[in-house]
Amino acid sequence: MVKEDKMKKRKASESYCLGIESTADDFSVGISTFSGEILANIISVYMPEEGGIHPREAARHHAEEASKVLEEAFTKSRIKPQNLSVVAFSQGPGLGPCLRTGATVARALASYLNVPLIGVNHCVAHIEIGKLKTNAEDPITLYVSGGNTIVAAFDSGRYRVFGETLDIALGNCLDVFAREAGLRQKEGAPFGAIVEKLAMKGKKLISLPYTVKGMDTSFSGLLTAAVNLTKKGGYKLEDLCYSLQETAFSMVTEVTERALAHTEKKEVLLTGGVAANKKLQSMVEAIAEEHNAEFCVVPSQFAVDNGAMIAWTGVLSYRCGLITPIEKSFVKLRWRLEEVEIPWVRQSRF
Amino acid sequence: MGKTKPLLIKKGAEASLYLADWHGKKVIMKKRLPKKYRPSMLDEQIKTYRTLHEPQLMHEAKKSGVPTPTIFLVDTKNATIIMEFIEGKQVKQLLGEASKSQRQSLCPKIGELIGRLHEYGIIHGDLTTSNMIVDFEGKIFFVDFGLGEKSKELEARGVDLHLMKRALQSTHFRFTEECFDAVIRGYSEVFGAEAVKSILDKIKEIERRGRYVAERKDELE
Repeated sequence: MVKEDKMKKRKASESYCLGIESTADDFSVGISTFSGEILANIISVYMPEEGGIHPREAARHHAEEASKVLEEAFTKSRIKPQNLSVVAFSQGPGLGPCLRTGATVARALASYLNVPLIGVNHCVAHIEIGKLKTNAEDPITLYVSGGNTIVAAFDSGRYRVFGETLDIALGNCLDVFAREAGLRQKEGAPFGAIVEKLAMKGKKLISLPYTVKGMDTSFSGLLTAAVNLTKKGGYKLEDLCYSLQETAFSMVTEVTERALAHTEKKEVLLTGGVAANKKLQSMVEAIAEEHNAEFCVVPSQFAVDNGAMIAWTGVLSYRCGLITPIEKSFVKLRWRLEEVEIPWVRQSRF
Repeated sequence: MGKTKPLLIKKGAEASLYLADWHGKKVIMKKRLPKKYRPSMLDEQIKTYRTLHEPQLMHEAKKSGVPTPTIFLVDTKNATIIMEFIEGKQVKQLLGEASKSQRQSLCPKIGELIGRLHEYGIIHGDLTTSNMIVDFEGKIFFVDFGLGEKSKELEARGVDLHLMKRALQSTHFRFTEECFDAVIRGYSEVFGAEAVKSILDKIKEIERRGRYVAERKDELE
């Protein structure tokens, strides 16, 4: 009902931004209105037969799926390509071949429609969609996914990184553990969800390395230790999943709390693929409560890599006049969060 | 405890700091609180370890020539440490309001103290500007050794200094480089230029291990 009402109210002059996401194993197209209504968010996931993401294979998947996903997004949103005002794409950070595939589609579409092109930072997009969907204004953000583990907050024009992983990302740690433990990925169920399900049945806490350095974390030693125990035998997989989750999540929760205490922000935002994990949600919620901060978690369809977040960040950038000329639209594999200027957020000081 | 009720002055991430009266002395009571979010066994392990470990490192730090608050009492059962109250200002606060010449005088001193810790085999583990207090005589105290360890490894020293740099980047980003260079200048007073070069190389290596680092861009793009 609500949706219908909004449809009626939508002005004929409403503008739309299409966003393309292709940093890693997802190819996704989202369409957002300039006022932040998400009209479509179609995601196609590349699933390797075995092992991790092979960048070239993932890029091939993206190229094959691109037209289908685009078409679905237009159908779902009931928007015609001609109605688009802007095309945005994730310009980095991520895997080169995957990023280039998305960028190529975006450049072609923008040139064909003769609309501005906007390169968006993938990490910024995860934060912005979280803020849009939860109405958070100035949160401390814990952004956890397969490629990133970052604690950040806005200050003086940028999202400043307070803590991050010193080696592998939290999601990566869970994925690799699941694979090494012989678990198989199923359609619609990422490794993280499989580990989460098994962990719920775990009862015994097995001692694993807990590594926090200041506001930074390290997961490689934890992963090695957990994998070694699966190979050694004698431990229930459920208990190992439980212990791995409890240890790793305690680490990120501790550093988030440290950043929260340091910045004294009033909101905590949990975003990124691992944000869908209920256990992690409850842990981060606990520290938010303790510091009288509001706990905000991105809805799960916007937790994973998605085009809607790129579209919405494209809108924010476009409104500030940030356009990416084609000749400057090359992908940036290692584009750090704090390199990006964020003119659409007002100044805040802690 | 004395007559007056302990006053909560800082609710940190892992511990609460109270200003209290202890046998007529103004003291800081650092109490590590149970964390509901982690399993009780892990919670107990972390709390006990850090409560025991922190005073030991603070004591060692004194021997290395780095001022730290004097420890009066360690109570592992209640995860509480009672220590001297240092009246003064956090370096975090001072750097924010300091002039360039004041920064240039303060930062090398900090670097020298970090150098002394490292030379003695102590890694602080959480070198931020809120963990350094300057008293009214200008003496710099290091606090919060809860994440510290004993090590003389280049790797551990590198990570420690890397954390210092990161703290400057996130909180004092307007003059990160200026301050960090000054810290290193002070650090090399203790270690000598030769050894500092290998530590700086190590920091670079640590940074390159991180996600999406500028230094790696040229190699990969």
